[in-house]
Amino acid sequence: MGHLVTGQGSTYDVVVVGAGIVGAACAHFLTREGLRVAVLEKGIVGGGATAAGMGHLVAMDDSPAQLALTKLSLQLWRGLLEELPASAEYRETGTLWIATDEEEMAEVRRKYGLYSSMGLACEVLDGEALAKAESELRRPLAGALRVLGDGVVYPPVVAQFLLREVAERGALFTGRSVSSIEGNVITLGDGTRISTGYVVNAAGCSAVDLTSGFVMRKRKGHLIITDRYPGFLRHQVVELGYLKSAHSVTADSVAFNLQPRATGQILIGSSRQYEDEGAAVDDDIVRKMVERACAYMPGVARLSALRIWTGFRAATPDKLPLIGPSPGNPKVLLATGHEGLGITTSMATAQLITDMLLGRSSPIAREPYLPSRMNYEAAHA
Amino acid sequence: MTRSFDVLVVGAGPAGIAAAVCAADEGREVAIVDENPHPGGQIWRIGRENTEHGKVVGDAEVWMRRLDRTSVQSFLGWHIFDAPAPKVLRAAWGPEVAELHFKSLIIATGARERLLPFPGWTLPNVLGAGGLQALVKAGLPIRGKRVVVAGTGPLLIAVAVYLRQKGADVVALCEQASTSNLLKFGIGLLGQPTKLADAVRFGWQSRGIPLRTSCWPTAALGRDKLERVALNDNGRAVEIEADYLACGFHLVPNCQLVSLVGCVLDGSYVRVDEFQQTTVADVFSAGETTGVGGVEAALVEGQIAGLTAAGARQKAASLLKERNATRRFTRLLDRTYALNPDLRRLPASDTIVCRCEDVSMKAVQGNASWREAKLQSRVGMGACQGRICGAACEFLFGWGMESVRPPIQPVPVGSLIGTRAENF
Repeated sequence: MGHLVTGQGSTYDVVVVGAGIVGAACAHFLTREGLRVAVLEKGIVGGGATAAGMGHLVAMDDSPAQLALTKLSLQLWRGLLEELPASAEYRETGTLWIATDEEEMAEVRRKYGLYSSMGLACEVLDGEALAKAESELRRPLAGALRVLGDGVVYPPVVAQFLLREVAERGALFTGRSVSSIEGNVITLGDGTRISTGYVVNAAGCSAVDLTSGFVMRKRKGHLIITDRYPGFLRHQVVELGYLKSAHSVTADSVAFNLQPRATGQILIGSSRQYEDEGAAVDDDIVRKMVERACAYMPGVARLSALRIWTGFRAATPDKLPLIGPSPGNPKVLLATGHEGLGITTSMATAQLITDMLLGRSSPIAREPYLPSRMNYEAAHA
Repeated sequence: MTRSFDVLVVGAGPAGIAAAVCAADEGREVAIVDENPHPGGQIWRIGRENTEHGKVVGDAEVWMRRLDRTSVQSFLGWHIFDAPAPKVLRAAWGPEVAELHFKSLIIATGARERLLPFPGWTLPNVLGAGGLQALVKAGLPIRGKRVVVAGTGPLLIAVAVYLRQKGADVVALCEQASTSNLLKFGIGLLGQPTKLADAVRFGWQSRGIPLRTSCWPTAALGRDKLERVALNDNGRAVEIEADYLACGFHLVPNCQLVSLVGCVLDGSYVRVDEFQQTTVADVFSAGETTGVGGVEAALVEGQIAGLTAAGARQKAASLLKERNATRRFTRLLDRTYALNPDLRRLPASDTIVCRCEDVSMKAVQGNASWREAKLQSRVGMGACQGRICGAACEFLFGWGMESVRPPIQPVPVGSLIGTRAENF
């Protein structure tokens, strides 16, 4: 990718399609570099998967590439924290990866070794220390890995915050759908045509409708939120079995995954389903989620549930996002396919996209996330 | 607990009671569910206070007696929170959960007061009109207290009359509707003798209560609690001293359950045909959910719904003429008590709009839709699930509400999974 070519009649250097957290982060980073950026959003800012997700900022090591991306993202998030408004509700809760037995404790120790070697602060808790850290967990449990630098945030407010400069310059267009992208010309649903230097397609699950040449699936999730119970929970707590269940690429699954909100509310996750594109709450999935949550933390059953909602993650076949030029149209850079990690990895995505457009090198290797890998996989399947 | 019924009625106000009685009289197995521990709904709970020697009289007495004589199963104190599958509702009573299966469902969930935010409305002793009445009924001493009753709708008069009977000094009854609208209302009643008689009776009972029309509260003033009420009285600013301010801006229908089971709404009301059939097969609705029309309308619609659900369509048809008359009254009420658009200017920028989440007007007003406002400001995200601020924002900003999802009322997490919650 060469340097950004500007001018030649374009009003904007870059048009970002999608005002979710990924699009917002890209717009923020690009604007900070002095580029003229516009953002097109068919709905409202942060109203898609960004609003539906938990807002867990987490280091994940499903693959070395995933760990590199999440680690860089956490560093970038840290740089942003001072500026964030209080309503972004950032809290450094840390994450507890819960082990129920010795097999999972072996995984805790493996993870500890890996994270420590990467410079991620963490510690191994035995069953007793875990019970002290989170008194509502059932006993006995084998132990946990505590990752200290992980946190939680309220993503829709962050998305709006990241877009404030774009909005102030009058270049944030909500309620505007894009019907096609050809070359570097975007055609809106109402027929308006916008020519631009480059397009960043950060349209989440809808990205496939605008750019061809790759495959993505919608992966439905459910969340439950409770009334306020300050002190009930301190960390984001996730079962280590999550690694097995969340990353099975085909089957429906639920996992124990609880989050304390700044308000004292508890978010109860999580579920992953394919083949259900309706937004309705699935009673069977809710039952499994509640059973799973109560199996780890029985007191959850007594908390008052206020709302249940659903959302869709944009999932790629290899569980890594698509960041970089689209194979069929070099003027379009994809920034999508973040599955359940989009809040965390929005930051590194924005960094990589910005580096590509400015012809700079990046702090991590970009190849694992390049969309061209998909063609490669298809050709060798 | 899992139970099955031919006809399940939700809401034990006049419409629900009439529906349950009629369906049971046709030989159907019927259950009635209400979140209050006593039948009667908001209106007959109020009405019973106007009884002679503590006895229920009038329509309420007739219908309560009829209900007692049936074999209708009562689930009083239970609230419906989910519709997990077609023809099943889930109800909770504390940690208990019941799965109620039905062949036909009649939704008669009534209406609630609309409250509008204005500066000072969160001060102690500023209450909903129905809320103050309920407190007085529960023993709040009101004798000798100066009360301003303000807002709009016929219930204000009923509340003012009730409070005065309990010894309150009702220093002002402020109705935002204009005198000319109220006169048109009176003329509209001429064709409806019982309504006219009611109006005359209320007129008689409320004599001596200073009525101000085209008048509404602009601020509740006081240090730690209400001391004075600032009014806009026909464009003039007036202040009066008061111990209580009881507000209500007419009623909004409780359409959460009809929405949850998929019924189509027309504006705020559920769409029904003349037999009270909604757009969902075997689901009926009667009473205020179909249009705020008061007790008479609720009773007629309830009977029609109960008879039709029980298969006695012929008998139901004989009530259609009466229904047409009450529908005219419903439309007349809507026209008479339509909110003056000037009321949209009531909240100041620092006025709290959402009390659950402490969200101010300035945090809400920059947003383009209810959903955006919820996401960015947390308005409507609290324990009341937007029942109060949602109705206010609908008027203030003209926002449509979102689709409804379970639970439609907060329940323990364990109850979400139905009867299997017993395992925890």
